[in-house]
Amino acid sequence: MADITNSELDRRSLLRRAGAVGLAAIPAVSMLSACVGGGSEETPEQATGEKSAENPLGVDPKAGLEIVIFDGGLGTKYATDVDTPLYNKKWPDSAVTYSATQEVSTVIQPRINAGDAPDMINNSGSKLMDFGAVVNAGQAQELTELFAAPSWDVEGKTVGETLVPGAIEQGTYNGKPYAVNYAYTVFGLWYNKALFTKNNWAAPTTWAEFTALLDKIKAAGITPFGYAGANASYYMVRAIMTSAGKIGTEQVLKDIDNLKAGAWTNDAVLKAAEAWAGIGKTYLDKSFLGLKHTEVQLRQNQDKLAFYPCGSWLENEQAKDTPPGFEYAVAPYPSVTDADKLPAAALNAAAGEIYFVAAKGKNPRGGMEYLRGMLSKEAALGFTKLTKSLTVVAGAADGQTISPGLTSAGEAITKAGSDIFMGYLFDTWYKKLDDESRIAANDLMFKDYDAKKFCDRMEAAAQAVAADSSITKFNRS
Amino acid sequence: MRHGKYPFIIGFLAVPVALYVTFVVAAYIQTFQLAFTNWSGLGAIEYIGFDNFVKLWNDDLFWRSVGHNLYLLILLPIITIAIALVFAFLLNVGGGRNRGVWGSTGYRVIFFFPQLMALAIVAVIFGRVFSTDESGMLNGLFPDSWSPWLFLADERWALTCILAVAVWQAVGFYVVLFSAGMGSIEQDIYEAAELDGANRITLFFRITIPLLWNTLQVAWVYLGIAAFDCFALINIMSVDRGGPDGATSVLAMLIYRNAFEYSQAGYASALGVALFFLTLTFAALTLRVTRRDAV
Repeated sequence: MADITNSELDRRSLLRRAGAVGLAAIPAVSMLSACVGGGSEETPEQATGEKSAENPLGVDPKAGLEIVIFDGGLGTKYATDVDTPLYNKKWPDSAVTYSATQEVSTVIQPRINAGDAPDMINNSGSKLMDFGAVVNAGQAQELTELFAAPSWDVEGKTVGETLVPGAIEQGTYNGKPYAVNYAYTVFGLWYNKALFTKNNWAAPTTWAEFTALLDKIKAAGITPFGYAGANASYYMVRAIMTSAGKIGTEQVLKDIDNLKAGAWTNDAVLKAAEAWAGIGKTYLDKSFLGLKHTEVQLRQNQDKLAFYPCGSWLENEQAKDTPPGFEYAVAPYPSVTDADKLPAAALNAAAGEIYFVAAKGKNPRGGMEYLRGMLSKEAALGFTKLTKSLTVVAGAADGQTISPGLTSAGEAITKAGSDIFMGYLFDTWYKKLDDESRIAANDLMFKDYDAKKFCDRMEAAAQAVAADSSITKFNRS
Repeated sequence: MRHGKYPFIIGFLAVPVALYVTFVVAAYIQTFQLAFTNWSGLGAIEYIGFDNFVKLWNDDLFWRSVGHNLYLLILLPIITIAIALVFAFLLNVGGGRNRGVWGSTGYRVIFFFPQLMALAIVAVIFGRVFSTDESGMLNGLFPDSWSPWLFLADERWALTCILAVAVWQAVGFYVVLFSAGMGSIEQDIYEAAELDGANRITLFFRITIPLLWNTLQVAWVYLGIAAFDCFALINIMSVDRGGPDGATSVLAMLIYRNAFEYSQAGYASALGVALFFLTLTFAALTLRVTRRDAV
């Protein structure tokens, strides 16, 4: 037994071991990046069935289907209560495995790498996967066939023909569609219509009206305009970019997306940044820089904040905090100059919420069929009722009175007519540029109010991305 | 007994070693390998030599993050150990005649509380403490006429706020560690010193510290390691995660963002390799600098 008792720890070797713990802490970090599987090169056996008029996508009626839904602002009820029952009505023998997550990339990316991808994935939320990288790695199923298939419940039309213009383009990468962007989001200035009616305030259309109204609101003791600097500065980025688009048409934003030299220093961007910096300087509460979006949105519900730049998911996200009598409404961003190329009613509305089918999953045909079901009028209306969010299925919710915010968004779409533009894609294409724009927007609105610096900084960041060969580039026209 | 020794030891070690090799050593090797690729995190892998390290050398945010790591590395151990030593001294010998100050037993428990809370919870709570509007605990204490303090949203103070939370969380554990160390110091030594006319301050610096030296060394290494991480606190508390404008960015944060948000797993691995060597250097330096003959 002497051997064992002799091997006592002296303090120095204890210390050395403590040092070794330090080394052990590194892989804990490194492993974060090292969940490598290289992406399985070979595709597992995939279920297929015979194609027919009833089964245009060739689904194997017996194959199971796994779907993953992002559990965020839209909830998950639409999937469990509308889409899956609809799918199962047609394919009763296909068992649908459902799960929901708030951390899409953390949960799904390792599974894709391990060759065990779920069939249909809702890639959304702040931890969404870089979808450009997913496409580039050949992990997303090409959806041309889906859009060419006959619609689920509209006679004589293909799925693609039932969608709003631009819906497919939004999920198109280098000429081929890979994603269904399902929710149709209207962006603008959100406010409480009841509060505005009570005070006789009208939504502004020109910048002079806007600032005059902000002065009145300020005088009434309400913070006139605000956004959450801590985690939602991209709402502000969207506001600045929309204004730039209205000044100089969507071409300004296309140039930015295409990383064209000088796109960010364009006069339209500079003017938009100057106008918004003015708002930041005079009307923004400094403490908002440290607030999160939930805190700011709650203040609006308490009528302590008048205008909030956001998308139409806001109403549903705030549903449980919205007091009775509060009526969400949206106004397009006012014209910045008299010479704006788009009218004041022009609106930024875009398809969002990526749903895609894993190319190397076990049942990609079933995944596409599930999406075909989601793109039916029936499912779209169900989605809109549950989430108070419009879908890309054209006219699916027409004539329905569902909520004040949704009605207001519908009116804004009608008023804008053909002046609806999809906006920009650089934030999903180039995540690094997205981050830089958030920081730059915070600086512009809270700190130095320097529009020139904003443009120069973004131009430099865009050109750095353009020069970086490790980043896959995308193009739009 | 001799034949039995190796099977006996192997029997004990086989499982932990296998786990260590799989989840630590293998991950290391893979990280080193990936550092030389431009892998995006998905799909094909292409080797690009030292490009990632060149990029890293020219990356301004990398150097700022290293700076922040060093700031935490120096201040976190010094402040934590200083506070913990004072508290431990007061709890054990501060009351004179080798007793703690009044209520020591109670304090001992209270000091340990923060250690029991999950780091994520601590971060969320302090997020409220430092909130920039009047609902924040600190801003709520200030008179209404003051303009709100920005704390985490102010790039000059953001990292210090994070440091304060890290210290708050760590102190309790080291109070207990040092108390145990002090408890094992012979009473006779204190009595002899007191007879020779030493006051409490002299006792602390001439008796307690030298006899606690080994425990202090361990504390230093552990706190240094904690300072290299700080990921959870920064991820949850900071503005724009690592902001404002990179003011709280640390290496762990940078690795995470590159790997999972920018789809640059190769570059993230290069950062991981840099962090590996930094930690190794730190551990080696600490052991060398604190080497001192036994008292």
